Amino acid sequence: MKFLSDLASLQAQVDCRRCYQCGKCSAGCPLAVDMDLTPSLVMRLLQRREAGLDLKILRSQTIWLCLNCETCLVRCPMEIDIPVMMDAFRQESLRRRTVHPRAKKILAFHRAFLDSIRYTGRLYEIGMIADYKLRSGSLMQDLVLAPLMFIRGKLRLFPERIRGRSTVRRLFKHREDE
Amino acid sequence: MSTGFYPGCSLTGSSREYSESLLAVARELGLAIPEVPDWNCCGATAAHNIDPELALTLPARILAHAEQAGMKEVLVPCAACYSRLQTTRHHLRADPDLLARISGRLQMEFHCEIDVINILQWLEREVIPLLAAKKLSSLGYQAACYYGCLLVRPPRILGFDRPEDPRIMDRIVAAIGLRPIEWAFKTECCGAGFSISRTDIVARLSGKILEDAQSRGAELVVVACPMCHTNLDMRRGAIERQAGKKYRLPVLYITQAVGLALGISPRKLGLNRHFVPVSLRAPAGEN
Repeated sequence: MKFLSDLASLQAQVDCRRCYQCGKCSAGCPLAVDMDLTPSLVMRLLQRREAGLDLKILRSQTIWLCLNCETCLVRCPMEIDIPVMMDAFRQESLRRRTVHPRAKKILAFHRAFLDSIRYTGRLYEIGMIADYKLRSGSLMQDLVLAPLMFIRGKLRLFPERIRGRSTVRRLFKHREDE
Repeated sequence: MSTGFYPGCSLTGSSREYSESLLAVARELGLAIPEVPDWNCCGATAAHNIDPELALTLPARILAHAEQAGMKEVLVPCAACYSRLQTTRHHLRADPDLLARISGRLQMEFHCEIDVINILQWLEREVIPLLAAKKLSSLGYQAACYYGCLLVRPPRILGFDRPEDPRIMDRIVAAIGLRPIEWAFKTECCGAGFSISRTDIVARLSGKILEDAQSRGAELVVVACPMCHTNLDMRRGAIERQAGKKYRLPVLYITQAVGLALGISPRKLGLNRHFVPVSLRAPAGEN
């Protein structure tokens, strides 16, 4: 695939060229104010089909700030599935190693989350948070919250290990090189 | 109808009161909801953001185990798990080749004939009809029904209620004697999975939700998602610091509200686990 719009159109099963810049996605997006590129601008850049503009998308904070709340998709008059495109752009950005430096913590969280379930089959919250802190360097974050969670019985001290964890390990096989 | 129960990881840890209150209500009404055997994590946002293969295989294993156990449908109280399971089911049913490939990876026979339902569908279908025979405590509070994103969107896949102004939770809370308010933030995003990695964003988005609910006279917020609850309840300190003001609204899971109406004790419903105290005045006429 030559341009990002081909990947986007394939994933979303809707041609990016259908976007006519009504701007409803950007108007409704709860994260638009935090983004370096608004969703409708991403659509416009895609339509230009230029390698430099594609790279601008893959290097943006936007693709990591999208929470997949699906508001844009519900409101798009052309039913363009922007959230699915954002998933594809995140994966492509990882593949090309163009992740925005300020997305580091968000990515650290995703990786810590997946690592936590790889070995036990279920999320182990304490382990995941410890792993996240190491990966992101946010060692001091939420130190006050943890004991408050503990006294409310909201922190499980030991992981739950499922019987089928060898199957889960096998499903993770393609990630082992990471 | 054989309904299985998929708790998901949050309900065994940071949101265990959601599971406790659901099971307490089911027990009170004699409804059986056995757990899906040996269930695993659905992969949540992490999987579909950075690993599309896991975003299919992890939910597929859950559905396959439920189907193998003879379950016809799975009740999924967590809105995020519900979204992942429904999305996977949608893709696997639309594409027989994909289903065959994923079943092969699981090394299981799997037809993906199983249905997935959320907590609101289960409550309306199974619980509400049984309430007529029960003496309910009249709660009488003004309630803001907060649905969040993933229960209603995307409608093409979920096919459930109106995506911008859903009504089902409003009907349920009215049936248990609460008074649902009209408000503008029913399906706005709370910040979801950014609770840890971008607490600043969660504080702003969740703050707007509380602000609208409180300004329209809500006395409590009712939710049906562990992430919504975590952000509105556990992150209340961060919300109030960012907003520079206090919000008095307690946040209840819909199952806790139903449990209170049924007269189940607050402790059995896990209300003591909340960060924002739930101090409900005694119901009218029961001092």
